[in-house]
Amino acid sequence: MDSDDDFMSGVSSEEDDVLQDGSDNEDGSADDFGFDEPEPDLGYSQKETVQKKKKSFDTTFTVYHPEDIQGQQDDLIDEVNMILDLRKEDVAILLRHFRWNKERLIEDYMDRPKKVLEDAGLGPSTSGPPKLEAIPGFMCDICCEDEAGLLSFAMKCGHRYCIDCYRHYLAQKIKEEGEAARIQCPQDGCKRIMDAKSLDLLVTADLQARYHELLTRTYVEDKDQLKWCPAPDCVNAIECGIKKKDLDKVVPTVVCDCKHRFCFGCILADHQPAPCELVKKWLKKCADDSETANWISANTKECPKCNSTIEKNGGCNHMTCRKCKHEFCWMCMGLWSEHGTSWYNCNRFEEKSGSEARDAQAKSRVSLERYLHYYNRYANHEQSAKLDKDIYQKTEKKMIQLQSASGMSWIEVQYLNSASQALQTCRQTLKWTYAFAFYLARNNLTEMFEDNQKDLEMAVEALSEMFEKPVTELADSKLKVEIMDKTSYCNKRRVILLADTADNLANGDWDFNIDIASPTSRREGPPDRNLSRYPLIN
Amino acid sequence: MSAQKRISKELAEVTNSPPEGIKISLVDESNVHNWNITMDGPEGSPYAGGKFQLLLVLPTDYPFKPPKMNFKTRIWHPNVTFDEHGSMCIGILKPEAWKPSSKIMSVLAATQNLLVEPVPDDAVETSAAEMFKNDRPKFNKTAAEYTKKYAK
Repeated sequence: MDSDDDFMSGVSSEEDDVLQDGSDNEDGSADDFGFDEPEPDLGYSQKETVQKKKKSFDTTFTVYHPEDIQGQQDDLIDEVNMILDLRKEDVAILLRHFRWNKERLIEDYMDRPKKVLEDAGLGPSTSGPPKLEAIPGFMCDICCEDEAGLLSFAMKCGHRYCIDCYRHYLAQKIKEEGEAARIQCPQDGCKRIMDAKSLDLLVTADLQARYHELLTRTYVEDKDQLKWCPAPDCVNAIECGIKKKDLDKVVPTVVCDCKHRFCFGCILADHQPAPCELVKKWLKKCADDSETANWISANTKECPKCNSTIEKNGGCNHMTCRKCKHEFCWMCMGLWSEHGTSWYNCNRFEEKSGSEARDAQAKSRVSLERYLHYYNRYANHEQSAKLDKDIYQKTEKKMIQLQSASGMSWIEVQYLNSASQALQTCRQTLKWTYAFAFYLARNNLTEMFEDNQKDLEMAVEALSEMFEKPVTELADSKLKVEIMDKTSYCNKRRVILLADTADNLANGDWDFNIDIASPTSRREGPPDRNLSRYPLIN
Repeated sequence: MSAQKRISKELAEVTNSPPEGIKISLVDESNVHNWNITMDGPEGSPYAGGKFQLLLVLPTDYPFKPPKMNFKTRIWHPNVTFDEHGSMCIGILKPEAWKPSSKIMSVLAATQNLLVEPVPDDAVETSAAEMFKNDRPKFNKTAAEYTKKYAK
């Protein structure tokens, strides 16, 4: 299945067009979200999509289901099996050894077949297909049992063990150690790799299933352009060609068929428009600073002389800095000596030393306040998105009741679903615009960005307000039309904002006050300076 | 399937024809899982002349899981912690290297070998490893002194 059709697909655009009966949607951008909730069956197939124009912030990707992933492996194995005269199960082992690089495998094998086989754990073999046998006089070297008729097994390396020991060994490897692709023969020093056919002969069906699951896992993990969808219980994988070094130019958001939207670069939930490295720095900063910073901002001031942070925990305004012994007034921050005899009571706002100290302090507070400005807005959208979702879930229940009462159909109430989705997606975007803006250095493009941010934010807040109205009002057709219009407008504003930021990012037109290249792709430098608590901008 | 047969067989082998410089006894005659080992410090090593006590514990899942072995006698060696645990780092006992067909006999041989040739890159006692790498005469002297002191 191809992403160009499916990503942010026309799934909802058609629905929107139908549902929004003629609301203006000329650039078709209202489709920019998918349904999170179970798909309503609207009687037409998702596949009936209008060919969409690819937006500049869209990433090309493909979603693979478990059977596709299995199929890919099988196809590769078949291909190599046709070229090289080897058993399929051995080809599989070879391909895993070469991390599924077919060309290199064939090339190397043509040059030095013996060495390649040995390195991959397919060393010298005895003839005949492996099978379970009872060999007279056999004693198992693991358990030392030697009763007559003891069933035993040996791989092509010829090291023979009883079936119980073999099973125990394999169960331990697969179940306890999660090993599959590199299970070796139980013989001390033998590097022969267990092949799928032999394994199927030996273990129970549930272990076989687990074994194949683990093999598939190594297939996905071995390929750089494949990643698992991180949603809980999702079994799909995504293929995307974006490389690590590209991550300072694009934000590769992908959408799994389970509807989970995440970044292919860092696997975190969708964080457009902010690039991965910026997100990483921001999250770390928030984890380190936000709570502390809030408290510090509310409860402390800095010593006017040495800038130590001081908490006033009661008592009079006569402060003596513990560190530098500077004496000053908590109220005006001026020298205490200038207060003369008017102790415990500051009425001296005019003093020069006081106003200078307040200036210096104001400057050092600016960085903290700047951070808090962005952080609070970031956190607010995160929180509001949760609340919007709660409201929707409550509303959805009521709408079901209302449906039966008012005779509205399921389709007729879907506009609320669309609105809820728009709120979620737009807030997710808005949230990250604040982290983005925090690290953005001012240039001639920032104003445009802030305007876009403001437009989207206003639209989202307006929609959010309508959305909170009681169910009885929601049933009103006038409000319904308004909500649908606003939903479409929000989605449109989001597309505009994302397109603008993505274009500038791709062209390298943004100035950031941090390095947003991924650490592995940029020149090795000294590790980040261990910044002291202040200034908070790092 | 029980490991009794396998353990009994290995025990008989090691008791009847013990490797040179090694004596084996059971900690408790009724339990074949805990072995006392007395190992002579190999000739040509700074441990020569010492008698080292080791404890070998076979897990219930033996031989599918590797045995555990510790020095009860203090020893100055890069791959053995210089404390009351005497934990050792040796390749054959690592879970990823152990195979069900690996034998205690080879574990004992590997341990003797480790006394002759420490592997400083796999060190668990870093100060001993540093000394071994940077000042061999001092290392040999220290190891010999501790052997005299503890490994009687």
